[in-house]
Amino acid sequence: MSDAALARGWHFRRPSVIPGFGLTLGFTIAYLTLIILIPLSGVVWRTTGLGWTEFWAIATDERTVKSLQISFGASLIAALVNVVFGVVVAWVLVRYRFPGRRIVDAVVDLPFALPTAVAGIALAAIYAPNGWVGQLLAPLGIKVAFTPLGIVVALIFIGLPFVVRTVQPVMEEIDREVEEVAATLGASRLQTVTRVVMPGLAPAVLTGFALAFARAVGEYGSVIFIAGNIPYVSEIAPLLIIIRLEEFNYAGATAIAAIMLAISFLMLFVINLVQAWSRRRYGYGT
Amino acid sequence: MALEATSALPDRSASANLSGVRKGRYISATTESPATKAVLIGTALIFLLLFLVLPLAAVFVEALRKGAGEFLASFGDPDTQAAIRLTLLVAVIAVPLNMVFGIAAAWAIAKFEFKGKAFLTTLIDLPFSVSPVISGLVYVLLFGAGSVLGPWLKSHGIEILFAVPGIVLATIFVTFPFVARELIPLMQDQGTGDEEAALSLGASGWQAFWYVTLPNIKWGLLYGVLLCNARAMGEFGAVSVVSGHIRGFTNTMPLHVEILYNEYNFVAAFAVSTLLAGLALVTLVLKSFLEYRYGDEIAASKKH
Amino acid sequence: MDVSIRKVRKEFDRFPALRDVSLDIRSGELIALLGPSGSGKTTLLRLIAGLERPTAGAIYFGDEDASHKTVQERNVGFVFQHYALFRHMTVADNIGFGLKVRPGATRPTKTEIGRRASELLDLVQLSGLEKRYPAQLSGGQRQRVALARALAIEPKVLLLDEPFGALDAQVRRELRRWLREIHDATGHTTVFVTHDQEEALELADRVVVMSQGQIEQIGTADDIYDTPNSPFVYGFIGESSSLPVRIGNGELWIADRTIGLPAPDVADGDATLFFRPQDVELLDGCGGCIAGTVAATRRVAGTRRVELEIGGERQRVEIELPVGHPASQQSRVAFRPRRYRVFPARAA
Repeated sequence: MSDAALARGWHFRRPSVIPGFGLTLGFTIAYLTLIILIPLSGVVWRTTGLGWTEFWAIATDERTVKSLQISFGASLIAALVNVVFGVVVAWVLVRYRFPGRRIVDAVVDLPFALPTAVAGIALAAIYAPNGWVGQLLAPLGIKVAFTPLGIVVALIFIGLPFVVRTVQPVMEEIDREVEEVAATLGASRLQTVTRVVMPGLAPAVLTGFALAFARAVGEYGSVIFIAGNIPYVSEIAPLLIIIRLEEFNYAGATAIAAIMLAISFLMLFVINLVQAWSRRRYGYGT
Repeated sequence: MALEATSALPDRSASANLSGVRKGRYISATTESPATKAVLIGTALIFLLLFLVLPLAAVFVEALRKGAGEFLASFGDPDTQAAIRLTLLVAVIAVPLNMVFGIAAAWAIAKFEFKGKAFLTTLIDLPFSVSPVISGLVYVLLFGAGSVLGPWLKSHGIEILFAVPGIVLATIFVTFPFVARELIPLMQDQGTGDEEAALSLGASGWQAFWYVTLPNIKWGLLYGVLLCNARAMGEFGAVSVVSGHIRGFTNTMPLHVEILYNEYNFVAAFAVSTLLAGLALVTLVLKSFLEYRYGDEIAASKKH
Repeated sequence: MDVSIRKVRKEFDRFPALRDVSLDIRSGELIALLGPSGSGKTTLLRLIAGLERPTAGAIYFGDEDASHKTVQERNVGFVFQHYALFRHMTVADNIGFGLKVRPGATRPTKTEIGRRASELLDLVQLSGLEKRYPAQLSGGQRQRVALARALAIEPKVLLLDEPFGALDAQVRRELRRWLREIHDATGHTTVFVTHDQEEALELADRVVVMSQGQIEQIGTADDIYDTPNSPFVYGFIGESSSLPVRIGNGELWIADRTIGLPAPDVADGDATLFFRPQDVELLDGCGGCIAGTVAATRRVAGTRRVELEIGGERQRVEIELPVGHPASQQSRVAFRPRRYRVFPARAA
């Protein structure tokens, strides 16, 4: 801000000839407040109304703890799998030309477009012991559907596009000259990829991981059909919230929701910090 | 002289020569060997097949497992038809509302500089980081039996929870950011020059928007609406919490799929699913087409 | 290291980017590849580096045929216009990269690599910036780091692709002088690509002028500037004026008059006369000279440019006069080029 502007004191907005600021900002804030902020603050308000002892009792209840462990654990595994395969998929789509590439590219977005309930019953059908994939795995003693492994499978489905779509545009921007320079300096292709290309992608991969993870933690529709939903074994936290609601145990539901929200927001905050740091230091981020 | 020190260093080319000059086989410095390429492409394709393509195929195969007759009969069920109607109704209300919001928010954020802009953008993205189940829960807490608002509205004959308004509200919540998120970066890229030119030529604010801004953002807007609609019609978790699952009245298509599935009526469940999967396919095709044809006129960011 | 390019041809999708180019670069020489965009100069540089593979022909490093060696095996230092620094590495790690990726047996120790990086930073006058990241450097500093990184591997040849193209004029002049100093100090065989003739003429021992995938002329700055050997070089290097003329009886004619310039080696017929605007002598009368009416005058730095219309065809040529010269006030000026060349019309 220029000295002159500072001298005139604090300004809410920079002057502009374009009209409609009051109208659009007013509507935006009103709509946001009514639809999102007021309802969401209800969770906080109800939680504070619980009292610490009651909250702590719910939070440390074994079934709550187990469900949170399952949700976050499965999400972590799924997000890690997605990071590995998501980067491979993105690389293949960006770097190689092969017949059907455009279709493969479009297919990656399927989890964004396919309703989660549909994905859930379809995955359950495939990975059930008599399903297309399940019957191949059954002789090996691997059960996917109706076990915690099923949860991971559903969360991989849900999270994949987050990694691919975050990494892909950054990969497209990679400067070929950087790779060529590495080669002239004697680096083998593997060294170039692992030491030059991948570190450059790290902020994007981290963001993709965080998005996939955050989405997986809250996922409900695609998981409940394949999970088996056995308390303490394959019951995810969002399902437990619904069970508590159906018992009219609003306190229980709210407390679990508050914990999930807190952890999710904390995670997003940390990711934002890491990115800001990366931008400051290396001059890039996502 | 500084460089004299290097003569002590072993010469790399000497060791490289040991591997021999590979005549006739030349690999570009910025790509992988054909074998590596094949392995990577294969890995990606198998992964996508197992996790994305097979489920989609399974929907159609399972729906037709007992023949086309039974598949078609599934749609004769009045409850199924009610679910389809409700899903369309919810989308017809939720999508335009979020579209208007998206345009307004993008106008305020992209065309002006003001304090707290980044914070406002973060708030708009908030629903993306909230579990759908929690999105439904917030309305249960707001309008449920234990709240102040719910009983009061009920005494005036207005039902929100376990009724259509609740479903609409929950759907608006989860699809809230889609249009705004698509338009904000797009309109920020386009800047304010066009509008300023229009205003200087005597156009009113509305005229500038209608004749200048809207044509510039129309494909991006369509893109955002497309994604918003897909999510609105397919939303399950949030809607499930507020619906009450009353057949024929508060069941959307995804919820109806669940009921049919839990009743072991698999053919009907997958038959209804084919409609939703078809919607997903149409969305993907249109989305890909927009990205391909109007790539420059939709936001560069493909993230959702 | 001598580098010999022998009848190298390069086609991209059957479009010839280089047509049978041959060039011998002597050890320790500083060579400029100069040409407009699309002349094939960058392609030639990339072929030497091994970043592209020739369609035909061979490239020798010393006595060894390097044509089939990979980039990694060639041991060349390459510097790009946009630096191509590794953004996630510090300056020291950037410079040490080439040593760090060597196979275990030939890899120097960590401390040795660090010491080398510091030495090279001294050489490029950036001491103390080891811990910085590229994003924290200016454009000129980045290019110095890129050069240090290329020098770290003790390259057989140093190749620079438009090394100063992304920098502003001031920094560019500075770095130009500095590159010459570095070259004189280290003695690397160096080839750089540029489209800036001033840069090429000032910096290089020899300049290779390229056009449309072929070498037009190779020579020192004096050779290239004073005796251009083709209409292209005349037009591309420095300022030049040209005039259509006719050759008859070993003399130059404009319309039906001789202009007092002999052209013994050129066959009779239509031709084009080339000369430098400043290389003219003014004449009073006109028996055997070029005369024209003044169409426009412009002040250019320390001189005045006069645009003349010559003959019935009103062909325009430019000549240069000292600022105070009375001729610029006249309506008609007669002159004769001191130095000139004539090319048959077909070649022009």
